[in-house]
Amino acid sequence: MREYIPLLMLMGFIVFNAIVMVALSQILSTRRRTAVKGAPYESGMPALGGTRARFSVKFYLVAMLFIVFDIEMVFMIPWAVEFRQLGLFGLVEMGIFILILGVGLVYLWKRGALEWD
Amino acid sequence: MTPEELKGLLLVSSIKIGVVFAVIMIGVIMIIWVERRGSALLQDRLGPNRVGPLGLLQNVADGLKNFTKEEVMPLQADPVIFVMAPMMSFVAAMLLFAVVPFAAPLPPFDVTLPLIGHVVHEGPVAMVIANLPVGFLFILAVSSIAVYGIVLAGWSSNSKYAFLGALRASAQMISYEIPLAMSLVVVLLLAGNVPLGDIIAFQQQTTWFVFAATLSWLLFHVATFAETNRMPFDLAEAEAELVAGFHTEYSSMKFAMFFIAEYTGLITMSALIATLFFGGWDIPFTTWDEQEATNWSFGTLFRVGMTNLFFIGKTFFFAWVYIWVRWTVPRFRFDQVMHLGWKILLPISLGYIVVMASAVLVLERLGMVHDWKYGMALFAVNVPLVALCVFGLDRDRLLLGARLRSQAET
Repeated sequence: MREYIPLLMLMGFIVFNAIVMVALSQILSTRRRTAVKGAPYESGMPALGGTRARFSVKFYLVAMLFIVFDIEMVFMIPWAVEFRQLGLFGLVEMGIFILILGVGLVYLWKRGALEWD
Repeated sequence: MTPEELKGLLLVSSIKIGVVFAVIMIGVIMIIWVERRGSALLQDRLGPNRVGPLGLLQNVADGLKNFTKEEVMPLQADPVIFVMAPMMSFVAAMLLFAVVPFAAPLPPFDVTLPLIGHVVHEGPVAMVIANLPVGFLFILAVSSIAVYGIVLAGWSSNSKYAFLGALRASAQMISYEIPLAMSLVVVLLLAGNVPLGDIIAFQQQTTWFVFAATLSWLLFHVATFAETNRMPFDLAEAEAELVAGFHTEYSSMKFAMFFIAEYTGLITMSALIATLFFGGWDIPFTTWDEQEATNWSFGTLFRVGMTNLFFIGKTFFFAWVYIWVRWTVPRFRFDQVMHLGWKILLPISLGYIVVMASAVLVLERLGMVHDWKYGMALFAVNVPLVALCVFGLDRDRLLLGARLRSQAET
């Protein structure tokens, strides 16, 4: 575990620096808040409607696809590290795995999940 | 671990953290200067040239100004998350450097210092902040955290521009994380271990992975542009459409923190490209830099210094490539970004894993030892693959097209 001690030290040091930066600018800066200044920026016009409006469902779809493919990738990393020991068996296994993954990708592609219009 | 060893570890780590942090901060200031002057050079204008010699102190002046400027927080913003977001971006960007080795190891030491007392370090002192056994996985984990800072900044600002910028940035960053990581599966396949030190050692033994896994490097390099939100993938900011994207509502030092985080990310990604594909601190064509460090002689210190210089040189070269590309390639539209990530980079990286695994298996069956011939054999596999990808994707638009156009002109 001794390798993690420097990491924790670094994390502490950086977080401390980030807090100091924010705090220092709070202390050094002036502040005059007005209602107009506090309004969200919309190119100089008064803000129209709320921000928490609906947005395209495509963004959810991308997040879902990301989860699927990211997990597949996590399976690949230990396989890659141990590949020389696994030999031909490992290659065939991963070939089948990537084939299934590829079929999924082709299905998504044909269903139009990857299209942005 | 004895108390002397613990003290030695803490001492060495403190020095390394302090030096690396200072070098990165100076590097960020230098890179911003290079970006501004380099942009000016490429656009045939002068750029900042008033503050200090050649305008070198311009960014220091800007930084100081940012400390004293008024902080504007939108009244409808979520105050806690609004303050947390730039800090998260900053911390994630800085943390990534923890596992990147930046020089050849120093020899072990056993000395008695004033004030601190007797300190010991068993084995060579690896020139990396944290020599984690999970090195590579740490990079994947921390680079995913970077997206949180951007999403939370956009969401908490409660502004439409910021919100749209954050949505786009998150979709883009998570999409490109897959080709980014998949291209590195090939690197792990070759190196056979995850700590970055082992990956460098394997490259010293064979060849740099830019030869042994050329396509991997190209995929990784393209994906890092999207991960750091650099041109031509700067849809998170998109000045022409979204004002300033996710940091529209940020001002003063909080804005500067996003700025520093962005350039720290740029330096770290350059360092990663140098480490994973260009041998890290390795000096090419010599084995002199790979000797075991045993004693504190001038030669050892010189070796550590030289390897560090090579590492910095490689890193700054790739940082310059980022700036160069910014003014060479026009921006993508959002649907083109997604198309490139999901329909081009992802299938290529999947196919490449299978091809490279087969090639490695064949070379192992042939009983090839891991020396430079091994790397060159893999390079021979890569050359047709890269040619196929480049000419296939180009479809005669740029490479052949440019020649035809120049022929038509003359």
